[in-house]
Parts: sequence; structure tokens; C-alpha cells
Amino acid sequence: MAEQGVAQVWRRIKSMYKGVGNRCETCKTYYFPPRPVCPECRRKGKLVDYTFKGLGKIYSFSIVRQAPEDFKRQIPYIVAQVELDEGTRLTAQIVNVDPEDVKIGMRVRACFRKIKEFGQGGIIMYGYKFEPTMKVTGHE
Amino acid sequence: MSNRVAIAGVGMAKFGELWDKNLRDLSLEAGMYAIFDAGVPGSDIDGMVIGNMSAGRFTGQEHLGALAVDQGGLGDIPAYSVEAACASGGAAIRQAYMAIKSGEHDVMLVLGAEKMSDVNQTEAMNTISVASDWEWEGMFGATFPALYAFMARRHMHEYGTTEEHLALPTVKNHANAVHNEFAQFQRAVPIEVVMNSGLLADPLRVLHSSPITDGAAGLVMCREDIVKKYTDTPVYIESSEQRSDTLALHDRKSITTMNAVVTSTKNALKDANLELKDIDVLELHDSFSIGEIILTEDVGIVEKGKGGKALEEGITEIGGKFPVNTSGGLKARGHPVGATGVAQIVELVLQLRGDADKRQVDGAEKGLAVNIGGTGATSIVHIIGR
Repeated sequence: MAEQGVAQVWRRIKSMYKGVGNRCETCKTYYFPPRPVCPECRRKGKLVDYTFKGLGKIYSFSIVRQAPEDFKRQIPYIVAQVELDEGTRLTAQIVNVDPEDVKIGMRVRACFRKIKEFGQGGIIMYGYKFEPTMKVTGHE
Repeated sequence: MSNRVAIAGVGMAKFGELWDKNLRDLSLEAGMYAIFDAGVPGSDIDGMVIGNMSAGRFTGQEHLGALAVDQGGLGDIPAYSVEAACASGGAAIRQAYMAIKSGEHDVMLVLGAEKMSDVNQTEAMNTISVASDWEWEGMFGATFPALYAFMARRHMHEYGTTEEHLALPTVKNHANAVHNEFAQFQRAVPIEVVMNSGLLADPLRVLHSSPITDGAAGLVMCREDIVKKYTDTPVYIESSEQRSDTLALHDRKSITTMNAVVTSTKNALKDANLELKDIDVLELHDSFSIGEIILTEDVGIVEKGKGGKALEEGITEIGGKFPVNTSGGLKARGHPVGATGVAQIVELVLQLRGDADKRQVDGAEKGLAVNIGGTGATSIVHIIGR
């Protein structure tokens, strides 16, 4: 049996590190995480890998004040649904911004961060978080 | 309609944080009360179903079907265990409904049970989180309350729902639970207390959230043509509907409506040949207060966006046009995850029989329950009538 988290993270590295999802060439819909079947087209669908640009805006968010063990050291932290420019949404933490400054509609871009540790001495999971684009590039 | 499925009896174990009781004590208590209430001899019961979300993680015990028939002394009858996260109880009822309708079983015991307080709060929270998309939501730090917080914030953004609105389901449901002897919290809570309770995941506060609860509920269900043998006050399942949606909340076009609820309610009403105005009392899944607001809209009591207003106007209070969660709901009755769907139907049966004491809705004839799994990935609707 794999050490807790090892295989679970390893088999998703492409998506978690590089933002690889997929796109159905039949209905032109983007999916993240990648879907095994296009729910719109099913057998008529043709899914191809697609690397998301990592740009989007905050669709909704929350500030987590009570968290499970693996996230306790990070509280309070911001977690959000980010609507990517390709139209799909995902769930991720928002960093490099004060909780009181987060707004629905805020432009964000993906960044590579440590997400959590699997318990004490467990593996460290890395992946995407999002940060305001303005902070980084100086413009919207 | 002669082949409806009847509910002959109901039973509940008192909900609460019950350190002196384990899963089998709770299941036995609810099952025995249901059997006594129905007046059914144990030997007539030819099958049982138990709804449970995660006994394996909460208590270390699985194989609950066998556990329940064994402890209940029900012999060698088939026993089924079903899981649909927070909708496991509703799923158990629906399994029994289909089994009886198909002719395979005649009289069945249905249980819903969850023993949550044997693990610490963090582990309980982790276990509940797996009702959402664990790999793509929970593992990135989105706790279960945070997902409902996404819905709440979006509802506030799109429809102007306020913090007062978010507090109102709690105030109403606690007031109702004062009169429910099975409720975990038989006490009223003033709105200021709700609005000043600790933040869990902004904008959601502790008192917007259902608690960690131990509890079980049971029903005896049977064929319509034999129910009069057992009881003079049978209640009938007019319809049973279930729909699914995406597991992850972020995959839904809108997060301020639950499509599975809209569709399952519409179909349940159609199957029962009823309209919403015919429904006298409702139990709506309020794991978080925003859930009750959204469901009030999705079942059609008010139009989309007006759920908060409905509470302000008292439409969903006892004495209002559509009383919701007369039992105290998940918030005040308590939310032992797998038991909740069954407890909802227990409450509706008591209401329809006129046994609901000081929380009685006068002359209630039809009741509707919506039981949700996860953030709305499963919706199970039952309409019952007398």
C-alpha cells in the first residue's frame, strides 16, 4: 500500500502541477480536472488534453476559520471557486491578499504552492493556488 | 391506487451527543420503537434496510445490515445497507419503497443511524467532507462549511440575501425544536446570538451549521393492502423521487440552486398527482441555514432569490402557509447524517397522524421531505399522505 497521499497525488501531478485538464472537440467545452467522458456528448465526444492558462476571476469565496488537522496551521485562509477564462470553475486557495480585500470578480492567476502535508511526517502536497493578478503584474 | 407503500409505524432514539450509547444501541432503540408503534410481529418483517453514511470512519464498524438484524433478533432476513452521504436515510426509505413495490418484500424495517461523537471534531469534519469531491475540493482546503459558504456568498451577491436572512432558519428551527422531545437542542436561540456566534467559514457561523449528533430513526413499511392489519392510522408514500447532480459544487452552472432538488420535487409532485399548494408540512434539509433558504426556493415555496424574505414573512413558520422543519430541522433536532432522512419522515408521519403535540400543524394531510447528499449531488424527495 502506498504511503498516505503518495499515489493519490502522484497520479494527478499533471493536473495539479501544470493545470492540465481537457477539452471536448465536439462541443468545445473545457474540463478541469480532466473528465474521462464528456457529459454533454458522451460517446460522440472527443476529449483532448488541454493546459489551462491559469487566469480567471473569483466566483465565490470563504475564509476558513475551522479546518481539519492538515490545514490548521494555515487558518484563517481564503478558499474560493475560481472561474477560469476558459469557462470552467475549480476550487483553490487564494494567497498574496488580505482576507478583507478579496472580492467576487477579482482577477486572479495560478501560482505553484505547497498545499498541505499529509499528517505529521507525511508527504508534502504541492499544487495550484491563485493570487490577484494586480499584485503581480501591476495591472488588471 | 391500491399498490401504494404504507408506513405502519415510526420510532426515534433521542438525538444528542450520547457517550453512553453506541451505534447498535441507537439502531436497536429506534427499530424497537418503530416495531412497537406499528404493532407488527417481528416474524412478519421479511427484510430490513439501514441508511448510514460512514460508520466505518466514525466508529470502525461496517456491515451494518447484519449488525442490525442480529441485535434486533430479527432472524435471518435479508439486510441491506445503503449510503448516499447525508441522504443515506432517504435512500434507505427509497430502497424499501422499491423493494415492497416490486413485490419482493412485504413488510420491512427501515433504519437510519449515525454515531458521530466517538471521533474528535476534526475527524468528524473530515468524514463529512468526503460527501463532496474529496480529491478536488476537500484536499485543496475547502471544508464542507466552506462549500456551503460559497453558496451563501453567491446568494447574497446575486439576490441581496443578508446576514439576518442567514440567521432566520436557525431561530425558527430552534423555536420549533423546543416542543420536540427527540431534538438535540430543545431550546430557543435569539437572533443576536446566532449573528454573533463564531465564524466557521465566512459568511457562515457556528449557529448556521447543523451539529455533530448521535442518533437513529426507524420506520416499518409494508404493502398497502395489509397495513390495516397492524394499525388504524397508516400513512402512505404518495411518491418517491431521486435525482443526481455533479459531485463537485464547482461543476454546476449555478451554485444558488440545486437542480437535483428542483427536478426531484417536480417529479414527486407529478407522480403523487399533487401541486405544491396541497402540501401542508415540509422537512427541508438545513445542514446549513443557506441550505434551507435555497431549498425553500427550489421546491417552489417562493421564487428564486426570495428564500430569505419568506422567512422574514413567516411563511415557513408553524402557522404559516408552508411550515418548514417543524421538528427543528437538522439544525436543532440534530444531524446524525445517516439518520436524518428517516427522522424527516418520522416527523411528517407524526404531523399527519396529529401526534406532533405543541408543534402540530392543524389538519396536516400531505407532507414533503427533501433529503440532500453532499452539496446537492443527491436529492431524495418523499411525499406522504394519510
